[in-house]
Amino acid sequence: MISALRLSALLLALLTLAGLAQAEEIASGSTFLSPEMRRQQDDPNRNPAWFWVDQGEGLFARKPASGEACLGCHADPVASLRGAATRYPQVEEASGKLLNLEGRIEQCRTERQHAPAFGYESAELLSLTAYVASLSRGLPMSVRADGPARPFYEAGKAFFERRQGQLNLSCQQCHDGLVGQKLRGDTISHGAGTGYPAYRLEWNTVGSLHRRLRACSLGVRATQFDYGSPEYLALELYLADRAKGLPVETPALRR
Amino acid sequence: MLVALLAALAAQAATLEPYRVAADAIPDPLGGLVGVAARGAALVKDRERGNCLICHHGEDPTEPFQGAIGPPLSGVGSRLSAGQIRLRLVDMSRLDPATVMPPYYRTENLSDVAEAYRGQPALTAQEIEDVVSYLATLRTE
Ligand code: HEC
Ligand code: HEC
Repeated sequence: MISALRLSALLLALLTLAGLAQAEEIASGSTFLSPEMRRQQDDPNRNPAWFWVDQGEGLFARKPASGEACLGCHADPVASLRGAATRYPQVEEASGKLLNLEGRIEQCRTERQHAPAFGYESAELLSLTAYVASLSRGLPMSVRADGPARPFYEAGKAFFERRQGQLNLSCQQCHDGLVGQKLRGDTISHGAGTGYPAYRLEWNTVGSLHRRLRACSLGVRATQFDYGSPEYLALELYLADRAKGLPVETPALRR
Repeated sequence: MLVALLAALAAQAATLEPYRVAADAIPDPLGGLVGVAARGAALVKDRERGNCLICHHGEDPTEPFQGAIGPPLSGVGSRLSAGQIRLRLVDMSRLDPATVMPPYYRTENLSDVAEAYRGQPALTAQEIEDVVSYLATLRTE
């Protein structure tokens, strides 16, 4: 008789295989880095993004003026929050809202710590997001796109496939049709986004996935939606679902 | 008064020169304008205006990071007539609805255009003619 443990190990192996099969179609952003940038990214002493992760770890343990530290609710985060980032964005059952990792952290901050929100793209929120995401490094993305998440997924997919902006290009034309090709100095990837928040040389700092999306929108001279807007949240869910099975790579280094 | 003036300007900006398509070409210059090749050469490189080298290899080998998505521009003047080049710049999607080449002289049927560019073609009629006359001079592969 197969023990329950053996069975779950077997299931895990099968799931990993399924993940790999899907990951074959889509590669992570790091795959497209030059070998030198890849080495720099993979060396924590040379990838500046780790500074934000360290800051985030500090903030995680710090008690705000009111309420508990994050650590007060999430003891032993290396174990308890391992894998959390692989499941975002996700629909929050109570409100029916789609939350990404930034949104969840802000919610803990305002509702549980009773402290003012940090604000999207603040150094604090970027650091905490990078720290929490880093706890899932190497684990496969596994968001849910079914049930209550379905309408968000559909909206994100429609956004991805729609031509937009004065230059009339869709995300899909570049990140499906032109993968591996040179757009100026960049090599176009699948747009998996699994390394964010990431340090981008062009920004000289760490930025969120939504900041990257704003750059792509601007590139085709299309409307840039707000940080945390419903449009980019739905798009983020679609990208995360496309990237299912790919490992979380936060904090990544990008051009 | 100011509002009316701005509205008039906006309406003016949105009117494009009409053009006639014959086979796969727009044979006549837009608005009867005469292009200046030197200005066209600058527009092709200019990252704010034409920004063509994001996708194409141009003639100047010293220009860093040229794109490789569309065909190289060298020799385009011997492959295509001025009228054929004009149509490909104005609206390549007339020839290939799935094309990646952006429409540089079109304001219709675009979605979510950023406010700063709304109602404007990516290049003016004069700029299209400048680029056409420059590309027509690129005769060696
Ligand atoms: C004209 C081409 C083009 C279009 C259109 C475009 N992008 Fe990009 N995108 C790029 C380039 C070039 C990069 C930087 C290289 C890379 O990582 O792919 C990039 C990067 C990204 C990244 C970061 C990937 C990583 O791992 O670092 C994401 C995510 C992304 N794009 C999503 C989108 C989405 C969503 C849209 C539509 C709203 C879009 N892009 C439209 C060219 C484009
Ligand atoms: C986002 C990428 C992109 C940009 C930006 C772009 N092009 Fe293109 N271009 C293409 C592609 C792809 C083709 C091939 C068209 C096709 O077959 O549908 C093309 C085709 C052409 C052709 C026809 C060439 C031939 O040999 O048939 C010309 C001429 C041309 N482009 C000029 C320009 C100029 C001038 C600019 C800037 C004002 C420009 N392009 C900007 C991608 C681009």
